[in-house]
Amino acid sequence: MQLLFCLMLALVIALPAAADDRYPPVVPGKLLAFPQDTGAHPDYRTEWWYITGWLRDAEAAERGFQVTFFRVRTLLGEDNPSRFAPTQLIFAHAAVADPARGRLLHGERVARAVEPLAGAGEGQTRVWLDDWSLELDEAGHYRTQVSAEDFAFSLRFDPPAEPLLNGREGWSQKAPDPINASYYYSRPHLAVSGVLELGGASHEVTGHAWLDHEWSSEILPEGASGWDWIGVNLHDGGSLMAFQMRDRAHESMWNAGTLAEPGKAAQALAPDEVRFEPLRWWASPRSGIRFPVAWTVEAGGRRFEIEPLLEDQELDSRSSTGAIYWEGAIRLLEAGREVGQGYLEMTGYGERLRM
Amino acid sequence: MIRALSRVFVASLFGRRLASVLSLLAVTLGVALGLAVQIIHGAALDEFGRGMRLLAGEADLQVVGPRAGFDDRLYIALAQRPDVTEASPLLEVEARLPGREDRLRIYGVDLFRVARVLPLLMPVAEGGEGRLLALEPGRVFLSAAARETLGLAVGDRLVVQSGLREAELLVSGSVPGAAEGQALAVMDIAGAQQVFDRIGVLSRVDLRLASGITRDEARDRIGASLPPGVEVRLPEAGVAETSSLSQAYRVNLTMLAAIALLTGAFLVFSTQYLSVVRRSRELAFLRAMGMERHLVMRGLLLEGAALGLVGGLLGIALAHGLAALAFSLVGGDLGAGYFAHVAPSARFMPGASLVYLVLGVAAGTAGAWLPARHAASQQPAQGLRAGNDRELLAARPRWLATALCLVFALLACLPGPVGGIPVFGYVAVALVLAAAVLALPGVVGLLAVPLRLSSRVLARLALARVTAAPGQVVVAGAGVVASVALAVSMAIMVGSFRDSVDDWLAKVLPSDLYVRASSSVASGFLDEEAVARVAATQGVVGVVPVRYDSLRVGDSPLPVTLIARPTAGGDALPVVSRGAPPQGELPWVWITEAMADLHRLAVGDRVALPIAGRETRFIVAGVTRDYARQHGAVIVELEDYRRLSGDRLTNDLGVALAPGADVDAVAQRLREVLGERVVEISLPSQIRAISLEIFDRTFLVTYLMQAVAVLIGLFGISTTFAALATSRSKEFGMLRHLGLQRGDIGRLLALEGGVTAAVGVMIGILAGGAIALVLVEVINRQSFHWSMDLALPLGPILAFAATLVVLAAVAARLSGAQAMRGSAVAAVREDW
Repeated sequence: MQLLFCLMLALVIALPAAADDRYPPVVPGKLLAFPQDTGAHPDYRTEWWYITGWLRDAEAAERGFQVTFFRVRTLLGEDNPSRFAPTQLIFAHAAVADPARGRLLHGERVARAVEPLAGAGEGQTRVWLDDWSLELDEAGHYRTQVSAEDFAFSLRFDPPAEPLLNGREGWSQKAPDPINASYYYSRPHLAVSGVLELGGASHEVTGHAWLDHEWSSEILPEGASGWDWIGVNLHDGGSLMAFQMRDRAHESMWNAGTLAEPGKAAQALAPDEVRFEPLRWWASPRSGIRFPVAWTVEAGGRRFEIEPLLEDQELDSRSSTGAIYWEGAIRLLEAGREVGQGYLEMTGYGERLRM
Repeated sequence: MIRALSRVFVASLFGRRLASVLSLLAVTLGVALGLAVQIIHGAALDEFGRGMRLLAGEADLQVVGPRAGFDDRLYIALAQRPDVTEASPLLEVEARLPGREDRLRIYGVDLFRVARVLPLLMPVAEGGEGRLLALEPGRVFLSAAARETLGLAVGDRLVVQSGLREAELLVSGSVPGAAEGQALAVMDIAGAQQVFDRIGVLSRVDLRLASGITRDEARDRIGASLPPGVEVRLPEAGVAETSSLSQAYRVNLTMLAAIALLTGAFLVFSTQYLSVVRRSRELAFLRAMGMERHLVMRGLLLEGAALGLVGGLLGIALAHGLAALAFSLVGGDLGAGYFAHVAPSARFMPGASLVYLVLGVAAGTAGAWLPARHAASQQPAQGLRAGNDRELLAARPRWLATALCLVFALLACLPGPVGGIPVFGYVAVALVLAAAVLALPGVVGLLAVPLRLSSRVLARLALARVTAAPGQVVVAGAGVVASVALAVSMAIMVGSFRDSVDDWLAKVLPSDLYVRASSSVASGFLDEEAVARVAATQGVVGVVPVRYDSLRVGDSPLPVTLIARPTAGGDALPVVSRGAPPQGELPWVWITEAMADLHRLAVGDRVALPIAGRETRFIVAGVTRDYARQHGAVIVELEDYRRLSGDRLTNDLGVALAPGADVDAVAQRLREVLGERVVEISLPSQIRAISLEIFDRTFLVTYLMQAVAVLIGLFGISTTFAALATSRSKEFGMLRHLGLQRGDIGRLLALEGGVTAAVGVMIGILAGGAIALVLVEVINRQSFHWSMDLALPLGPILAFAATLVVLAAVAARLSGAQAMRGSAVAAVREDW
């Protein structure tokens, strides 16, 4: 679940009015097929591949990382034979959370899709932007290459199982109005191996990660101010995804999630089966914004607590997209015991995003 | 010490106010003109360079091609190179604005790429909409200067022309990074390609290199991978390109200013010499009182330097005023058209100002040098006796020196230019001037012959004076010689140039009517269908399509113009030299003189031209004249060009009318057929008139300088005679005693002045003729690479000469008025 960039896009680009009929609607009942649906769906308005995870180097130092590729269909220049026609835009975003540094490092890229410099391929995951890329190879491994100013990584992800469909067979409702929905599947427990370059040093790393792939034409509900989302690999082999969409009064307007437990079928959580409760607030020394960095989350009858890997995982991209948000590595506790590791994303806590 | 010297010497400048003021004025004018040229050009070039640098942004290298652009697949290849971290594609379009005279430069950019290489071209949306608004087709972003010129605001529509089609763009924001005064627009590259029918075409790619890679090695490697006609260069090269284009023009103007300054030095020389003579008793007295010889010398030099300093300071002030005036009146290129899209403003230039101040002081000091030496070398005892001006008035003929100067001048015409500047040509000009001044005393004797034939007393007296005192002529006439030589040479050169341009225009404009959608660089053009419609119009019997492009040939940094047109085997071209018709398979190319010079090509040579990304070999069939394209042009047969390029568009269309067809009626029909707002239809006579008007505007500054130089020369005669008349008051008294009337004395002075001027003018005209030859055959040829047919505007020159002689006579007469005012008795008594 990576709504942030959609929101930002809505801000920066005058996308056509809602429910433009040139975008296919997202309706329940569509059967997702793999690996076909790991590729791009260029007819839909937005799409992203979002990998978050924990890395551990040879010295057992733990770091969080995140890499996201977005595709946006602009409906601009679709009649233009120019190779530069901006029909599809590709955004990429990556970050590393290193407790030794105390805050996030991040980098971003944006380009129009121009073969072969940037694009999102259909049929099988392949999305790239200059020397940044994410693809699913023939052997079923995902590979990503990222090189930002302060860091770079080259990682391989091995999925242990078939994709996990969220919502109703991959149709995930985001708000009371079913028009706000996406096709959404996750791939938890990806086994990570590769190299992380940080501060001039190169680290061999291993770890576990989580992939979200989501595409939609109409995802943001009217009147939403922000959301909170988690994706956690549970140590027992299960997984938990949960989110809440908040309205302008910061009350929850829609909750949902997916809880997978070993030996049981994955359970789609209805709005009343998910609850987010702030536990501890942290104020950013840079922006002054207060984020609830620790939470209590109730999901599928279980009660968890969220503890961040480090408190300062604030992302300030005011200079590029104008948004300040928090996105970082977390530990999931149940009855005081760590039961999983994953990522938390929180948006809409600063000044209201300009719409 | 200085203060003492100032009191004794410099203070004397106040004693002879008129002469001092005139000398001062001459130095002021020389400094002002020279510095003004420097400031104007410097500011224009700075502004232009700044614009170019801004447009180069943080790019390490630029890939540029012909004006028609290059295949945008090249951008893909460049962007994928490992030594390139970022590549930003750019399509530059000179958009014609239908119904308007001016054009607008539009940059099609990829917003996301340009942000990392050329952030100053970032369009910024206004009116609260997102920044990616710039991706929308049909949106355009205007720099502040463009908005002002076009009178458009956000939300207005800008109409641009592509071919014969009009397209509307919505003004959606600004380009805050654009330099002040730079009129430009930015839009999305895909939209620009679509609107201007340039799908698949780019005009530039800006590159940023990976760290650790030097620009030179990357340039070599990338250069080797580019197709013919596309080259990679340092971003600064664009500035150098323009700078070298206008350099010759700038150097020419600066040389004119130098000659003005030289004339000023002559004038200081005249007044100082006379002042020294008149003060010989005073100086002798100072020497007798014990003042050292070198102190006298230093004091007199100080006088000259003081004149130069004050003149220089005034000149600097005046120069900045002139520059500001020129900017507001004719623009930064002095009307020569080198810097379009630039609106510079006059700025104080400390460096150049200092240089010109030093030059002013040097001119003053140099002018004072000889008189100072003369005064210092005098014996005090002799100087104390009155009326000692013999040394001043004696001047030996210096035929040998004259001849030597002329020989060296001739030799200096032989070598080629140094770094594109005809240095030796200017040396030749200086030598001719020196020879002319040296010839003065000798010529005086020769010229006095007509006076000898006269039996009238005054004529005899004038003759006696002039031949007995040739020094007087030298002192008074040197300035005249220099200024007349300058004026005459410029008149001949400009006259020849104008005649040749006129002839050339007649040759290159043979059709009855011309149709164009825009000038060759802008976005308008005629397609085949439009040409067919013109040909089918009633009253039209034939059409001559012409297509233009610019090519990058060989290693030359300057683009070469390609002209594709029906050549009729060369008969349709202003050919200056051609050989036997070349045999063999190769297509023919005709090259302009500049092309022949710059690329060292001759008739019969083979040359490879990059047409549509492929090298094609041509054989040079002949050399043609071309005054429009200083960096060279090649002319190929239209059919050859179309076959090689596949480009069938037309920029200019010559139209031949049926006999008896009414030109205006046909023009009106063509406007209706093609659309009034999108085409320009001109008669050859209109094009000729406009071209000559531009020509005249270009030379406006040189006309002004000529006038100033002549004025300074006249000052020279006036001041000399004023001074001499005062020192000759006893002579006049004597003549009055012998029975001459006051009026007779006046006429005598007028006659002397006239004769002096006549000698100066005659030598000046001869020297001017010689300098004109140097200008036409050496300096112009080497600076601008074009030949011209020498034309002598004899009538105007003679009229000018006669006017000068009369003016000089009047000036001499007026200057002497004061000396004749006193009573004859007092005048005679005074000195004894």
